[in-house]
This record gives sequence, structure tokens and C-alpha cells, in this order.
Amino acid sequence: MDEGKKIRVLVAKPGLDGHDRGAKVVARALRDAGMEVIYTGLRQTPEQIVAAAIQEDVDVVAMSILSGAHNYLFPRVMQLLHERGVDDVLVVGGGIIPDEDIPGLKECGIAEVFTPGASTADTVKFIRENIKR
Amino acid sequence: MGWQEIVSRALVRDIRAVSRLISIVEDRRSGFEDAYAAIYPHTGKAHVIGITGPPGSGKSTLVDKIAAEYRRRGKTVGIVAVDPTSPFTGGALLGDRLRMQRHSLDDGVFIRSMGTRGHLGGVARATSGVVDVLDAAGYDYVLIETVGVGQSEVEVASLADTVALVQVPGLGDDIQVIKAGVMEIGDVFVVNKKDRPGVERVVAEIRMALDLAGNVSGRSRAYSGHHGPTGATTGTVDATEVAPWRPPILQTMAESGEGVAEVCDTCDAHMHRLSEDGALVERRFRRARSETMQIASDLIWRGLADDRRALDAAEELAWKVARREMDPYAAGWSLRELIVN
Repeated sequence: MDEGKKIRVLVAKPGLDGHDRGAKVVARALRDAGMEVIYTGLRQTPEQIVAAAIQEDVDVVAMSILSGAHNYLFPRVMQLLHERGVDDVLVVGGGIIPDEDIPGLKECGIAEVFTPGASTADTVKFIRENIKR
Repeated sequence: MGWQEIVSRALVRDIRAVSRLISIVEDRRSGFEDAYAAIYPHTGKAHVIGITGPPGSGKSTLVDKIAAEYRRRGKTVGIVAVDPTSPFTGGALLGDRLRMQRHSLDDGVFIRSMGTRGHLGGVARATSGVVDVLDAAGYDYVLIETVGVGQSEVEVASLADTVALVQVPGLGDDIQVIKAGVMEIGDVFVVNKKDRPGVERVVAEIRMALDLAGNVSGRSRAYSGHHGPTGATTGTVDATEVAPWRPPILQTMAESGEGVAEVCDTCDAHMHRLSEDGALVERRFRRARSETMQIASDLIWRGLADDRRALDAAEELAWKVARREMDPYAAGWSLRELIVN
């Protein structure tokens, strides 16, 4: 019987925009929901995010992008996870993402995309209901 | 992957296996005791360095720079960074990694963040096990960054071979440094943010505290009467033997990396001295003893929590104590009798 399993989430800001208020709000909300949140800060490359996700053995990677580079960065993270054989991590995204881009992101494996106006309670609920292990 | 395969891969430093094994140990998942038993013979090779000090003193930045310096010297480094778990929600925001991310693409550095998960003392209950995993995986150095400590979180001293205590200017007067507790566990004192006003005073106060302690580090003094299990140490300080280790006071500016090479040199010198005068055997014996006692106590406690008869008796005794029909010590002894028999 497993004891003390906690949901571990990596919160990361890929790319070059310097706006991390949203990521911090989400990090805080997940913390308050009883999760262990590893916050890696601004300007992370997809390679750094994937390496950190592996070392921290997280259940979830949550990324926020406001720069418009989501159609490159999100799929790149998915590709690297796949290359490293990591298929049991739930990946979610957030930020300023146009509606028309969302289907393509889901296609490449981003489980859900939370855009401005989404409530943190919904994010918490989604994570709890969809973690893969 | 079963635990056997995870263990064999972790021992050759397969990153995913190391990471998964840490989770098994940290969460005490099923099979963790078998996995632990399999790695334990491979531990004891790493130099374990604890980095502790108050919140905001620069521990994470210092750990980042120490790791970079050891990497420059061709050594591998495992890092266990502990941050507090909320006692209210059980959640945690683990932010130490933020200052270490530049190492994330270097296979010679492994960083793992941990929440304290209700454990007091400056580290998590499972920190010791995580250190052992990194040690078994073959990292040359394992750095433990404690939570930001106040005055009495000294548990890192029982896990580390060398404790670096980080201080910064502006936290208090000279009475703070002669108080009991965390000031007694430093093998190396690091006064960080040395560009700030008041740095000379902090150094002078630590020096004074060390002078009062008779030039001997708190830990060596406190245990100088003990004999190691192998008889390798004589314990008492003989004038013909090596002089006792006096904790050096170093000044750094972790942000720029200034003074960090000296911190690494000093930690290495401390390890060298420990090996030379037999104190390493004694320190590791003390760690093993405290770990064994702790596990036995956990097992007894868990056995108690599963024992219906003991729980019923405890409830009955507690009512008697609450009604002032019995004092808590008498109740404790009665319960003990019941459990032991």
C-alpha cells in the first residue's frame, strides 16, 4: 500500500516573455489544493523543462506562454517527452492562446489549454481527474 | 519497470530510474524496503554536505554555485533541496530549483526538490533515503539544502558529513550567535552577501562564539567522549594528534560566485580531516544509530496505530487522564505495559 503519494506538478514558463504572474497564481492555487509544485521560473527552454520534469518525477507539467510562440514550444516539449520515453505525464498549457490554435495543441498531446478567464478551481479539478498515474 | 530493474538502472545512474527510485523511497511505495536494501551496500561513498541557514540568506544560490565549482573540477553532484510543506493544505511550493536550472541539461548534476511533508527539523523524514539513492547512483557530492532555518532545526547535522552554516549581515546581535542550537552544528561558516554593511561584525561575532567554544566545532566537542564502534577513534583530543577542527569563517557573494571556490576547498579539507582523525567513522555511526532508532520508533508507532486493542486502551486511559483520575505518565506506563506484553 502506497503511503503519502502526492500530486507533483512542474510549473514552467517556456520561451522569452517575462510575464509570470499567471504562472505564479496557478502555482499558488495548486499548492493550496495540496499539491507539490516545483516552480522553475522564466525563460526555460523545452529541453530544460523536460529534464526538470524527469528529475523531479512529476505527474503534471503545466506551462504558461504569453508570447505567441505556443505553436512551436508546446509541441516541442511533447516531442522531447516522447523521445525520452515519458508517456505517463499529464501536460497542460495556459496563457494567451487563440481559440483556433487549441485543437492543434490538443492533437499533439497537450491535454487541456486554459485561457484568460479560466478559474484555478477548474485547473485543479482537471488535474485531479486526469493524472495518468 | 519493477523495482529490481529500477534499482539496477539507478546504480548505473540512469536518470529516469534514479528519479523513480527517489519517488519510491520518498512516498514509501510498496516494495520500497526491498529497493532500499538493494541500494544500501552501494552507499557511503559520496561526500554529503549540508547547507543550512535562515530564509533568504542565499542557500539556493550558494548551492547552485558550489555545484558549478565541483563540476568545473570534474566531479558529479546530486542536490536535495528541501522546502516547507503547508501544515494546513499539505501542499508545497518548491522554489529552490529556480536558481539551479542552468544545471538542468548537465547529466553530471541531479536536482531533486522535496517538501518537508510535516517533518520538523529542517529536512524531510525521507531526506536521508533520497541522499542514499543519490550516493548509490554514484554522485561524488550530495548537497542537502535545508528549509530556511530558525534556531533549532539541526537535523541536517545527523545526515551530512560537513555542515556549512550560512549567515548574512543584519539579523541580530552577538547573543544570537552564542545561543544553543543551529550555531553549534557548523563545520564551516559562510557569511554570504559580504557586500552588505555589517559583514565584519557578523564575522567577529562568529569568531567570538568559536573562541568561547574553545576552538573546537560544536559537534566534535559534544561527542568527544564517545568511542566509535570500531574503536578507530580515541575521542579525547591528544596534543600529539591532529589539532581539533576549528570551523573556518568564509565570506562569499554567492550571486557573483565570489568566495565559492574557497567554500569547496574548505568542505574538502573538512572531509579530509574527518577521514584522517577517525571522526568520519563516528559521524556515520551516529547517523546509522539515529536512523535505526527512528525507524524502530516509526514501526512501533505504526504497529500501535494498527492495534485495535491498544487503541481502545489508549482511549480509555485518555478519558481517565482528562477526568483527572490518572496522570499522563501513569497512563503512558500502563499503555506501554499493554503493548510490550
